[in-house]
Amino acid sequence: MSEATSSSAAVMDLTDDKTPVVEFKDVTITFDVKPVLQNISFAVERGETLILLGPAGCGKSVLLKLANGLLRPDEGSIRIFGQEITTMRDRDLYPLRAHVGMVFQESALFDSLNVEDNVAYRLHEEHVPEEEAHARVVEALKFVELEQAIAKFPSELSGGMRRRVSIARAIISGPDLILYDSPTGGLDPITSTTIIELVMKQRDVSHTTSLLVTHRLQDAFTLATHRYDPAKGMVALPKDGPNRGVDETTKFLMLNEGSVVFHGTTEELVHSTDPWIKEYLE
Amino acid sequence: MALFSPDLFLKQKVAAVQDYAILAGTAVVDVFTGPHYWADMFTQMDSIGVGSMPIIVLTGFFTGCVLALQSVTALQQFGAVSKTGSLVSLSMVKELGPVLTGLMVSGRNAAGMASELGSMKVTEQIDAMRALGTDPMRKLVAPRLIATVFMLFFLTIVADAFGIAGGALVSIYLEGLNGSSYLHSSYQSLIHGDIVQGLTKPLFSGFIIATVGCYFGMKTTGGTQGVGRSTTQAVVVSSVAIIVVDLLVTRAMIGIFGS
Repeated sequence: MSEATSSSAAVMDLTDDKTPVVEFKDVTITFDVKPVLQNISFAVERGETLILLGPAGCGKSVLLKLANGLLRPDEGSIRIFGQEITTMRDRDLYPLRAHVGMVFQESALFDSLNVEDNVAYRLHEEHVPEEEAHARVVEALKFVELEQAIAKFPSELSGGMRRRVSIARAIISGPDLILYDSPTGGLDPITSTTIIELVMKQRDVSHTTSLLVTHRLQDAFTLATHRYDPAKGMVALPKDGPNRGVDETTKFLMLNEGSVVFHGTTEELVHSTDPWIKEYLE
Repeated sequence: MALFSPDLFLKQKVAAVQDYAILAGTAVVDVFTGPHYWADMFTQMDSIGVGSMPIIVLTGFFTGCVLALQSVTALQQFGAVSKTGSLVSLSMVKELGPVLTGLMVSGRNAAGMASELGSMKVTEQIDAMRALGTDPMRKLVAPRLIATVFMLFFLTIVADAFGIAGGALVSIYLEGLNGSSYLHSSYQSLIHGDIVQGLTKPLFSGFIIATVGCYFGMKTTGGTQGVGRSTTQAVVVSSVAIIVVDLLVTRAMIGIFGS
């Protein structure tokens, strides 16, 4: 227990300085004989949103799982909050993960638990008093506009509702890093927009560092060009400000066949002369 | 490209044994170290113990009935019908009770564990659990291991008791044997070593059922088809392992107690 406490304290200290929240250096992972990611290097600064783009099967979800220590690389170094996680034991990783929220591709809600218990899962594990846990669950569900579904089971929810519950579960503990694995995958355009607006809301209200995997260009550019206005409580398209209102904290990382082909800002991406990137964007 | 590669096949089998050994070893360590998920453990005890009671009662009872019926026919040739109780009780307590209980619970619960954990694995619920800071070995495997070992011990006693009762029913009402004589010979023939042997086996069987069921569940890949495959493998491997380990334990017990 004291080990876990000291580890948590170390994480909190490190998030206060200029250390990148996520840092990959020459990361390579191979499944069977096929290399999925090769020599991946990038860093995500605090408050930054990094959108991972690329065709299906290029290793985006694998990269996200590596960032949370759910997979271990064959080579290279991965640092989260300045701590090397590639050589860390699983039991030391658990306290570190208390500062990371993750939204899975298919929501990954526990189907034997109702929405309240799913969202409060981490709080129950931390033995938070029941009344406080309930209040925080209601608050998180209000954020995703789903407080009416608190007593429902995952099987009673639509795909979009499941993603929103998954987002509520990821943000309930106020994480310092959120990993979104294709949060709009398999959803209709209207529901996708709702989910992207929630991601935007979390970015602009809490300024949480995040990595978002998507293969939908529309979602990626909406996130880069739009802002959530907390005063008005709605998403808006800024017309003025630096970079014609494009959010500077939102950057792109493009992968193709397991390698990084682009890492930079929205402006740099749209003005890229790389033929593959141009073709992909078109 | 070769259709079958013997070295790759062997490597996969050795890796599987290694993975199983790591899972089983970690589960044992988790049983003796905290934190423990007591609520999950009691839920599993209810599911494995109380849930398996009807099939164990029926299996034990009818096995005892058949054993008595067969024994009477065979013992008549030697004029030793009065030993029916002794034969039924020794067979049930030392061998049939533990093995049949293990096999029945294996069919019911190793399959249940593999399919439940397998479904969680393929829908990323296990990864979600890890991402939320919970060790799935402690939360899912350790409670199942404790519950299976603990409840299988008592289920075996229930199977033994109903087996002897079934034998008594057949001996008395179908074969016309003296009830007092049956029960007396049943009781007198059992010695300390027989009871120890009969109640040591479920400890091993319980360990096999839980660890094999959880192993195949946690290693599931390939969607719903993979869940079905894991479930089948869990039942097959745990059933065969129970019978093999039964032989080893029996030999060890004969070495210790001499009978």
